[in-house]
Amino acid sequence: MVKTPKALVLRAAGTNCNNETALAFELAGAAAEQVHINELITGKKRLEDYHILAIPGGFSYGDDLGSGKVLANQLAIKLRQPLQEFIDSGKLVIGICNGFQVIIKMGLLPALSWLYAQEATLTNNDSGKFEDHWIYLKAENDSIFTRGIRQIYLPINHGEGKFVANAEVMQHLQKEKLVKLKYCDEKGNETAEYPKNPNGSLYSIAAITNKQGNVFGMMPHPEKFVTRYTHPRWTRENLPEEGDGLRIFRNMAEHAKKELV
Amino acid sequence: MWIEIKTKDTARDVRKEALQQAAREELGLKAEIPETSDIYIIDGSYTTKEAELIGRAMADTIVQDFSINSRLYSKGAWIVIVRYKPQITDPAEQSVLKLVEDLGLAANSAVIMQKYEVKGAKEEEIKAICEQLLSNENTQQYGYGFEHVNVNAFLKTIPQFSSELNVLSTSGRYATAEENSEPVATVKIRKAEDRELRKISQDNTLSLSLGEMKAIQAYFRKLRRDPTDIELETIAQTWSEHCKHKTFNSEVEFDVYDGKGKKIRTENIGNLFKETIVAATNEIAKRKEWKDNLISVFKDNAGIIKLDNENCIAFKVETHNHPSALDPYGGAGTGIGGVIRDVLGAGMGAKPIFNTDVFCFGMPGYSEKLPKNVLHPKRTFKGVVAGVRDYGNRMGIPTINGSITFHNSYLAPLVYCGTAGIMPPWAVQKKPSAGDLIVVIGGKTGKDGLHGATFSSTELKEGTSTTVVQIGNAIEEKKMMDAILEARDKRLYSAITDCGAGGFSSAVGEMGKDLGAEVELTNAKLKHRGMKPWEIWLSESQERMVLAVPEKKLQQVREICEKEGAGISVIGKFTATRKLVVKHKGKAVAELGMDFLHNGLPKMKRKAVYREKKPWQPQQKKSGSRNYNEILRKLLAMPTIASKEWAIRQYDHEVQANTIVKPLTGAENDGPSDAAVVRPVFGSRKAVAVSNGINPRYGAISPYNMAAAAIDEALRNIVATGGSLGRTAILDNFCWANTDEEERLGSLVMAAKACKDIAVAYGTPFISGKDSLHNEVVSNGKKIPILDTLLISAVAIIDDIENIVTIDIKKEGSSIYIVGETKDEMGGSHYNELIGSSLEEGNAPAVEAEKSKRVFEAVEETIRGRAVLACHDISEGGLAVALAEMCFAGGIGAEAELRSIPHTSSITDEIALFSESQTRFIAEVEKGKEAAFEAAMKKNGSSYGLVGKTKGKRLVIRGSRGKIIDAGLAELKEAWQETLKW
Repeated sequence: MVKTPKALVLRAAGTNCNNETALAFELAGAAAEQVHINELITGKKRLEDYHILAIPGGFSYGDDLGSGKVLANQLAIKLRQPLQEFIDSGKLVIGICNGFQVIIKMGLLPALSWLYAQEATLTNNDSGKFEDHWIYLKAENDSIFTRGIRQIYLPINHGEGKFVANAEVMQHLQKEKLVKLKYCDEKGNETAEYPKNPNGSLYSIAAITNKQGNVFGMMPHPEKFVTRYTHPRWTRENLPEEGDGLRIFRNMAEHAKKELV
Repeated sequence: MWIEIKTKDTARDVRKEALQQAAREELGLKAEIPETSDIYIIDGSYTTKEAELIGRAMADTIVQDFSINSRLYSKGAWIVIVRYKPQITDPAEQSVLKLVEDLGLAANSAVIMQKYEVKGAKEEEIKAICEQLLSNENTQQYGYGFEHVNVNAFLKTIPQFSSELNVLSTSGRYATAEENSEPVATVKIRKAEDRELRKISQDNTLSLSLGEMKAIQAYFRKLRRDPTDIELETIAQTWSEHCKHKTFNSEVEFDVYDGKGKKIRTENIGNLFKETIVAATNEIAKRKEWKDNLISVFKDNAGIIKLDNENCIAFKVETHNHPSALDPYGGAGTGIGGVIRDVLGAGMGAKPIFNTDVFCFGMPGYSEKLPKNVLHPKRTFKGVVAGVRDYGNRMGIPTINGSITFHNSYLAPLVYCGTAGIMPPWAVQKKPSAGDLIVVIGGKTGKDGLHGATFSSTELKEGTSTTVVQIGNAIEEKKMMDAILEARDKRLYSAITDCGAGGFSSAVGEMGKDLGAEVELTNAKLKHRGMKPWEIWLSESQERMVLAVPEKKLQQVREICEKEGAGISVIGKFTATRKLVVKHKGKAVAELGMDFLHNGLPKMKRKAVYREKKPWQPQQKKSGSRNYNEILRKLLAMPTIASKEWAIRQYDHEVQANTIVKPLTGAENDGPSDAAVVRPVFGSRKAVAVSNGINPRYGAISPYNMAAAAIDEALRNIVATGGSLGRTAILDNFCWANTDEEERLGSLVMAAKACKDIAVAYGTPFISGKDSLHNEVVSNGKKIPILDTLLISAVAIIDDIENIVTIDIKKEGSSIYIVGETKDEMGGSHYNELIGSSLEEGNAPAVEAEKSKRVFEAVEETIRGRAVLACHDISEGGLAVALAEMCFAGGIGAEAELRSIPHTSSITDEIALFSESQTRFIAEVEKGKEAAFEAAMKKNGSSYGLVGKTKGKRLVIRGSRGKIIDAGLAELKEAWQETLKW
């Protein structure tokens, strides 16, 4: 009997993409449960009971001190040990948009030296404002999360998505092949041109993993495109029923089924 | 301790760049803003190591530096510091406290300030920068100094604070002498004469008329006592225009004069609202389309219609004009917050699924001297958009629809905020029971937002009280919403309503109307100390809802709130006494009969006058240039018509992953959509469309036509997207200049009559609405009234998402049809404005409802029959603008001939291109489906004309003089996009 992997979709004050993220996991064949961070902190729910941890998009604690800062601090302090064990055991962590901002700021990514030391960041878009666009992404370097993807089309909805790190960290990212998705044009050429690269990210970086390959962060929203009807041009183009974003959730569910359940 | 956080020199400071640009472009100053930073003053004692820990947790150390307890000094630069006024709650404070607490440290309170360095400016320029760019006097305060600024001195300028220590002592912010004064005052009205009664109303911002004051006097004479201040405030709030819609519910004596000034008739209208808006809905409700689909109208916080057997849709649009005039950012944010609570408080609560926002501003390039206390329209625009963005996006509700109208009458801006929600049918009804606890969920109650309900019933004057303006806290509302929706699904309460205008007074008074209620004010959680009982009771602090919770379910509600981090307090109980009893420290401070409170308002009798315009004499007409290429480009560039992409992209329209027609559409995702559509239930074929209609420019000629056109436009947008009239409900939002004037009230009567006539003819019921009837700026005794403005918002159920079409041309070689008649109706058109004609010149577009209904039904049928690839309604700017939009949205050109367009009397090329006649569509019909299209048109009795084909990358239109428009799509699109691309 094939067991269903369990995904924990984390909620905190201000999380707002939790429902669609949970739905995407369900469509991909995982069982998703939305859990509030306070339930993990009080011990009512345990991280170890799940195979995948997803930190969805939103404005955790209002992003008042910069995106993701308060939740990053809270996770790094209150769930330090269980999170470390979760990652060490090879279970999957995905941070999308605000979730990516959270895990990069708490140092789960890229975690070149050690966990919980911030090495890179996602900061204000070059345009200086929140923006909603659909953009093309090209996959680089195989990963658990992006397996089988060459080019996908997804929306971005953020004000702080510009990937920044110093030269040394950038070099490591390239050398260790940790960059997984880059902003590109319609033909798949990496680009720095606005709004194809919507935020001015260095090297057009949209998604990275850790060295172990089981922690993944991306600014675009794969959960927003699981059906053709949310594609901005479904009324004028022939599109497959399934949206590009679902592939990422399937990849996680399949990996978890094979390796973790 | 204080921490200053600034962008590293090696990283980009986008805030600095934006301010620098605004200083240059909007204030015309050469001043440089070399650095910005944020200062956090945290009340707690920390070791150096602990302070470092806090700093590192707060700063993004990759791109930011932090310093602890450093002096504010910079050589050769002015230093400006800005912060919210002390009575305003800064939403970031909670986050700071949370972060420090998570670090295992204690913090009592935090004060947050922005710091700016400015170079190359004289002192008066610094003042201009502070007042017009860096701070808003209604919500913020600033301090500045050359090379250094003394923060303690700055803090001392806040009247309530005597020292830094006082600022930082927790919740001691408002501890002042008034704490020792008598908390409740008695107002002597029993013996007051008329003059005194008027004075009492005015001095306390009660906005009550003499007749109303007399009714109150009579009530208390019967009780043989004088009212307390809290009683008087409660009555004033309950009876306010804002809450009771007195004008709309009044009896009106209506005189109509013809164009020569002769009185032609007098009508007696018993109740304006019931005889127009409500009457229309009552009539339509009987018809088969709506018999089972109209779930709740007018009686709740939002109108409710059926989506399918498992779901209903609640929809409400509110206005938040006055607060947005004073602080566009705070006003717009709290406007959205308020309408979200309306939907959350409809029935047992609906889960929000989209927002729509419609604004009217002065021209962005306004260059005349501004009246005092009026912000520049561009600043208002930017502030409002930022407010919508920051509140709506944080709430996780997609903002999918809206429009922006520009006209210099809107120096008092209009800000309409709408929200729709989804709810199960069981949740439509609510009924509190005697014995239920009165439970408040959400934020704390403070001194913010006093007198909002009564304030909105007056015009904006200089020196207007600013206690009404607040800064919203979206995360507080999000926590509250998440907690409430979980409690709803577990059925833990028996009724709910929002705390909006009038605060607890309105919410508890309304819920306990048929029961009775007893409240103990000291049980409310307060933001400020020393609040008087009436202030607690009337406070309009945002992000609070009131629930009726059976005692045995309270524990479960508490647990949910605790998990979500939402505040909860029990402030009283519903009773069976039919009395409203409010206590403070156990002592009754108000005791009012529910019957008097809700039914004691004397009915108003008003006089209204309408003067018909003289028939239009065409020979008076100015003639414009005949360079129609240039005119088309200029029309596309007019702010009301131009692309709003700059604003739209700052709103999240994708969150919830259900938006299937977005506000922007087409080959490059940048053309204008008619209606926006969400599919709230994943996998379902059913969807919900939303659109709006607003045409204030026609009102100067005919308020009746203006209202009819607003309905027609909202419905055109729905039908062009694949919806149908039989599945569309509408909302009215009347914003009038000042209906205390007889002629203004007359124009309101005419608009309301049009609403009834057109809604009945189309079969589209009103399900909810709102009015705001005092929208003018008064400055130096001069009045600047807005154009009387009716917004119609439409919500439609689309039964099959495969029926949806968008406006962008899809293919080359398709046939282009114009459906509906074009007439000589240039009055109030954008073309007239462009050539400098006044708003009174010409015929305002009229709706011939019966003919129009056939047009609508024909278009519905052809779209359902899949003959139509793209469809767009013809509205602002006329046919040429609409066709241009379809072409550049699709990236495919067209060749069209004007002689085939349907028309009644003879029309010129100018009229054909630019008239704004109603109920017209342009349809792209797929090659080979022309016969089917025409057959459906004929069957329904609609006029139509085949005007051309889609082709190439140019728009070519031939008129009586041959080729009169010939322009490249890129050039047209650029003209349309350039105006508001900031």
